[in-house]
Amino acid sequence: MLRSYSLKSLALGGALLTLVAGAGLAQAEARDPAYAAARAGGQVGEKMDGYLGVVGGGSPALRAMVDDLNIKRRAVYSQKAQAQHATVEEYAFTSGCLLIGQTSPGEKYQAPDGSWQTRGSGAPQRDSRCP
Amino acid sequence: MIEPGLTDLSRAAMTAFMQSMGQGAGRWIGRTMGVAVLLGGALALSGCISVNAPDKPIVIELNINIKQEVIYRLADDAKKTIDTNSGIF
Repeated sequence: MLRSYSLKSLALGGALLTLVAGAGLAQAEARDPAYAAARAGGQVGEKMDGYLGVVGGGSPALRAMVDDLNIKRRAVYSQKAQAQHATVEEYAFTSGCLLIGQTSPGEKYQAPDGSWQTRGSGAPQRDSRCP
Repeated sequence: MIEPGLTDLSRAAMTAFMQSMGQGAGRWIGRTMGVAVLLGGALALSGCISVNAPDKPIVIELNINIKQEVIYRLADDAKKTIDTNSGIF
């Protein structure tokens, strides 16, 4: 009696775990390979305003990809900003601070003077208001 | 009894005085107007030159209005948002 009960709860727990893990994976999806390659190659960079920028000219395909990602970012920023009673620009700028902080060495980011910089091993140059 | 010559003379003097006054005032007004027109022209010209739209970013000026306290308030939530939407960040 005891054994059957514990088996049942184990099965239930396992099913729940699978569900939670699945939801987590669906939310935190990986970057598109083309986007990951463009970041690593320094063709795109993180801007101060929380959006991606094309470094240099860039191909039409690259610009289209950046536009698409920025539209998606803007949608997320808008939704979250509203929930936090902030403006989209404030939420996006805050995210920009964090995203520049998260860049890996070799990736591009925009410095406070507007220039593109390559992330080194040290801390990036960020706006003085960044946390 | 009245000597008409005196009256005539004084009238003539008055007229001459007034005429000279009139001419002087006229010349003065004319000169002032000329200066005013020149000044006006100079002002209009300098006005035209000074109206230049800035060609540098308005976006950065907007960013200046974002206060540090707001950024600090939003930072935790923004971090979560980035982590849960990692495909686009």
